[in-house]
Amino acid sequence: MSAEDNKPLLTVRGAKTYYGNIIALKGVDIDVNRGEIVTLIGANGAGKSTLMMTICGNPRAREGSIVYDGQDITRLPTHEIARLRIAQSPEGRRIFPRMTVLENLQMGASIDNMEFFDTDIQYMFDLFPRLKERINQRGGTLSGGEQQMLAIARALMARPKLLMLDEPSLGLAPLIVKQIFDAIRELNRKDGLTVFLVEQNAFHALKLAHRGYVMVNGVITMSGSGRELLENPEVRAAYLEGGAH
Amino acid sequence: MNSAVKTNERAGIDFGRALKDGVIVGIIAFALLGPLVGLKTEQNMSNELIVQNRLGLAAILSVIVGVGRFLLSAFIYPRIAARGNRSKAAATLAELEARAKLTQGLSIVGLIFLFVYPLLIISLFGVQGSIKWVDNYGVQILIYVMLGWGLNIVIGLAGLLDLGYVAFYAVGAYSYSLLAINFHLSFWVLLPIAGMLAAFWGIILGFPVLRLRGDYLAIVTLAFGEIIRLVLINWKAFSGGSAGISSIPKVTMFGIYSFDVSAPNNFAKAFHLAASSAYYKVFLYYIILMLALLTAFITLRLRRLPIGRAWEALREDEVACRSLGINTTNTKLTAFAIGAMFGGFAGSFFAARQGFVSPESFVFMESAVIVAIVVLGGMGSMIGVALAAVAMIGGTELLRELDFLKAVFGNDFNPDQYRMLIFGLAMVGIMVWKPRGFVSARQPTAFLFKRKTVSGDLVKEGHG
Repeated sequence: MSAEDNKPLLTVRGAKTYYGNIIALKGVDIDVNRGEIVTLIGANGAGKSTLMMTICGNPRAREGSIVYDGQDITRLPTHEIARLRIAQSPEGRRIFPRMTVLENLQMGASIDNMEFFDTDIQYMFDLFPRLKERINQRGGTLSGGEQQMLAIARALMARPKLLMLDEPSLGLAPLIVKQIFDAIRELNRKDGLTVFLVEQNAFHALKLAHRGYVMVNGVITMSGSGRELLENPEVRAAYLEGGAH
Repeated sequence: MNSAVKTNERAGIDFGRALKDGVIVGIIAFALLGPLVGLKTEQNMSNELIVQNRLGLAAILSVIVGVGRFLLSAFIYPRIAARGNRSKAAATLAELEARAKLTQGLSIVGLIFLFVYPLLIISLFGVQGSIKWVDNYGVQILIYVMLGWGLNIVIGLAGLLDLGYVAFYAVGAYSYSLLAINFHLSFWVLLPIAGMLAAFWGIILGFPVLRLRGDYLAIVTLAFGEIIRLVLINWKAFSGGSAGISSIPKVTMFGIYSFDVSAPNNFAKAFHLAASSAYYKVFLYYIILMLALLTAFITLRLRRLPIGRAWEALREDEVACRSLGINTTNTKLTAFAIGAMFGGFAGSFFAARQGFVSPESFVFMESAVIVAIVVLGGMGSMIGVALAAVAMIGGTELLRELDFLKAVFGNDFNPDQYRMLIFGLAMVGIMVWKPRGFVSARQPTAFLFKRKTVSGDLVKEGHG
């Protein structure tokens, strides 16, 4: 491994984000290293999604800095951030309902590397065989799990260096959640894809992730390896007891 | 056995029951209409009330009601019931392809018809008699088809509700009129200039409204339409105020032949034909047909390009668009600009055709009609929009033809006055039966495995 590889891919330092006058992130520091799966867990309204959206520049951080791949992206417009190969699967999936699965995937592929389209789409079919069956069907007619698969596949079509997923398990049956998490693990192991995962399903997320952060009220309160956090009594009490085992 | 009879009933049309329904409803209608419509009191010269007998009219109306009910029970209700029974399974690939083929076939037949239409009319009604059919129907409808297709880019594809589209139509019309009169430039030079000016104004409107969506955007665009109209009325030195601009030059046949009666190279004179404005109308018909087809062609092409896909994605989900690296600002502005450009083309054609423009032609009602065409046609569907334009504009013109109704409703009856009422009813009806417009299905622009034999593959792999 070269020195480059050990440097973090994404560094957030002292990020403060406001909605109007209300502060949502009160100075957040996180690092995502190359080839890692990093998860961010926390209760509803803790600011998890806000942090993810802030990295994407919508809304922008009022203070602090976000450095990605050696470049300060704090002030860049959202679409330019996305073109730096940060792919995001936003909360609530947000696929294009009236477009077909194929068209949705085309939207994900960036124009400048269309030559990879055929191989990439084949890869998506290997990863999510269900999408192949549905390829000419409208996105809106897919089931929730299939839509989530489509959202992840669409994000992957951009050949990202960093994949950010906002609650991919939301509203899905345990079996489908397992399929999706398996796919994420596969992507990380085989391609070395860096993943930043925002989750409420703390048990699954921490089992999957190399490292995790816990966010409470717009502040990171704890961090550590996935196993450390899983065994931490505070985390267990707050997010795991009574949850899925 | 019992169930067999039932299915039989459902499949076939039960004329007996429908007839019974019709007769009963007719009788009820007559019982109601008899006193309400059949008897009318009127004052005579000596201020006495006289009962006028109009039972014949009541009878006619009752028969219409009865026949209507018969048609409903015999054809429409069974159909609706049948549609309810049909499973609403997702369309298969084969179905989609069959549908695409049907649309393609229809488009070709439609295109051929459009090209031979003026010749057909001339052979049917003679040169002089063709004017009404080519001008009032052909040209008029095609202008609205083109406007509908132009606005379809903004509303149907990009999902930006624009209620001020007529402003760009006005910009196009005034650009042509003023530049043609003041600088003596030809229509063919000014057509692209008018389009560019309209596109420029589209961007001017686009910038301040970039952050707005839905209702808010609609209100601002509506205001923009009104501002343009009010400026045209009040800036008399520039636009001639509400008196408008008259004697706008006609379109020439690329400078070779003119349609001015006094010109030496007059088209009819050059070919030793009897003088008639019909030739000019036919010429105009082909110009607007080509312009409309250009709009359709460009729109269809754009839909397959990244920008068109981005428009459609923008309509579906703006946040998702941004997270996929689409510059939503530029995407919206191009939608406004390209939509406005086609409005500008149509506007300059309109000015050349009328020979006269005034702010009266660019009232909000026009915008509303164009929006109605797009919505009725099914947002985003080219064929749907064309059909809606034919129904809306052709329908309006047809109402002027219904003089025979005077025989039924008396001489004071003017079907033209009921036009808006009828349109209101028709629109309510369409929105009830086809809430997404005539052609609601969005045609996907990309297929995988289309010409390959793999389609069996799709059906087999039922596990994932």
